Amino acid sequence: MADPMRIRAQAAGDKTTVRVLMSHEMETGQRKDSAGKTIPAWHIQEVEAKHNGKSVMTAEWGGGVSKNPFLQFTVKGAKAGDKISITWKDNKGDTRTDEATVT
Amino acid sequence: MQTRRETLKQSALVAGLMAATGLFPQYAHANFNKAAFDAKNMAEVMKALGAGAPVESKDVTLTAPDIAENGAVVPVGASTTLPNVKRLLFLVEKNPSVLVGVFNLTDSVEANVATRTKMGQSSDVFAVAILGDGKVLYAKKEVKVTLGGCGG
Repeated sequence: MADPMRIRAQAAGDKTTVRVLMSHEMETGQRKDSAGKTIPAWHIQEVEAKHNGKSVMTAEWGGGVSKNPFLQFTVKGAKAGDKISITWKDNKGDTRTDEATVT
Repeated sequence: MQTRRETLKQSALVAGLMAATGLFPQYAHANFNKAAFDAKNMAEVMKALGAGAPVESKDVTLTAPDIAENGAVVPVGASTTLPNVKRLLFLVEKNPSVLVGVFNLTDSVEANVATRTKMGQSSDVFAVAILGDGKVLYAKKEVKVTLGGCGG
């Protein structure tokens, strides 16, 4: 099981900036190991962000996103105390959801 | 004699391997557009996403460094003030897989996202906005990558 994500959601006025740091290898499938064998691709494919249980954004990622991906976006109308949850799913079917409270 | 736990563990492993080789279609989520991520240039990406020809626009803002010391971690951001943005895309022209990521926006989020991308070499980076009316607008910026920490 992958490590937890670090999520920070900060409200400013009627907008909330959400910053997420995920923990994932994000292997592209392009690299080779020391024996010259291709390391198979292993990266997050889908990300979904929810505000109080309502889906506000989804993303599709390829292997071009950096290791331990960072994501920032802005949710309109979210205020302190609201819940922001992030779910990712990788190409091996592994998935993880973490939740944070807007401050 | 296998315990149930072991059986489950093994079947999960096999499923994972199959998913990795693409033999397990139901693992591929309906949203994930493999063709778009396999595309080798911008035109192919747009075709795979069913979008029209992109037009350069000042209304789309791409935030990226002029020089990236470490190609493994290049911070990029895309934003636009245009209304009704459905999708934001990041593309790196000279990467083996041009498309980095697609962000499907809703009315509840601003058209302003940031992430970090990998770059194999110096290249043009594109931020593309696909609007609700089918318009495809982009901004581009050349990012130089200095590998090996020479600071070039």
